[in-house]
Amino acid sequence: MQTDLIPAKVFCASHAIEQSFIQTLYESGLIEITFIEEDPFVPAAQLEQLERIVRMYFEMDINVEGIETIVHLLHRIQTMQQEMNVLKNRLRLYESGF
Amino acid sequence: MDFVDYYKILGVDKQASVEDIKKAYRKLARKLHPDLNPNDKEAHKKFQEVNEANEVLSDPEKRKKYDQYGKDWQHADQFEQAKQSRQQQPFSGSGSFGGNYGEEDFSDFFSSMFGGSGNRSQAKFKGQDYNAELQLSVKEAFTTHPKTLTVNGKNVRITIPAGVENGQVIKLKGYGAPGRNGGPAGDLFITFVISNDVKFKRMGNDLYSTEEIDLYTALLGGEKIIDTLSGKIRMEVKPEVQNGTKIRLKGKGYPVYKKEGEYGDLYVTWQVKLPTNLTEKQKEIFRELSAS
Repeated sequence: MQTDLIPAKVFCASHAIEQSFIQTLYESGLIEITFIEEDPFVPAAQLEQLERIVRMYFEMDINVEGIETIVHLLHRIQTMQQEMNVLKNRLRLYESGF
Repeated sequence: MDFVDYYKILGVDKQASVEDIKKAYRKLARKLHPDLNPNDKEAHKKFQEVNEANEVLSDPEKRKKYDQYGKDWQHADQFEQAKQSRQQQPFSGSGSFGGNYGEEDFSDFFSSMFGGSGNRSQAKFKGQDYNAELQLSVKEAFTTHPKTLTVNGKNVRITIPAGVENGQVIKLKGYGAPGRNGGPAGDLFITFVISNDVKFKRMGNDLYSTEEIDLYTALLGGEKIIDTLSGKIRMEVKPEVQNGTKIRLKGKGYPVYKKEGEYGDLYVTWQVKLPTNLTEKQKEIFRELSAS
């Protein structure tokens, strides 16, 4: 839906970054962009991820390749944490004598 | 309140250049930043120290003051006099990470030296994140329902989707502490703690229960009314069913999280209960059966 889209130029202006940076992230597959009449828009659901990437790049001095690796590893950690939670719950079942 | 050695925190010496400090800070930030260490409170705490150290040492004015009075922070009055006699200059932004930090993330030592937020940069800071635990029973988590939580004196009304797991964390964006200087509010993280108040055991979306049947029903077959989380149902017991036989009731398990209308399965295990206090006649019949 159009209401869930933020114009890339608005995001870039508010974060004082070049629009080409968003393009680079899009090309590397780190974020999704929707184009409406050739203007790029960032889905609202992507904002948190995008802001995190902006912090990594501009404040932590991590390049795009590094960010790709980090994002991948963070995703793996998250998956493993969820899996650990499921296993903990299962263990709790067995420990309760089921 | 103890003296805080900002040089030690950043691992640089007192002669370190602005570039050295920036480098040391970035190195530590890459290791400890909350973006890279989600849910790691220890890393979060350490990063606050690093952030504070950078806030001071990367700003020439603050660094000068820290170098001059740092170890004598107890002499607050003298600091104040010294401060007033000097020309007041607002501190400029130090380029430190805004991220998730608010005033409460700085030490008492920092506030004593630099007077809290008054003299600090006007950078936008996101408010502090809050963490809360919500106790639910298996029965409560079975249905989507509203719940009102009190977080830091404020009532927060949320809808709990059916099927949440024990230990699952949900984030409510913007329900944390208010931001500073126009920064966004922090988030509220709710961890669900689900206690079992029913006879069913839950494994993911599936439920498990044990139902007793008498010897005669087990041998000859019959019917049994059993409990499910959505009510009682009548089940057919096949003749000569073995003790420990497991029956799967499709769709009678736990709701699948955020998938309305989808349910796991219920597994019922038949436990055959042998008769006790047999009469002489009953014993005789069993002997006959045993001999045949």
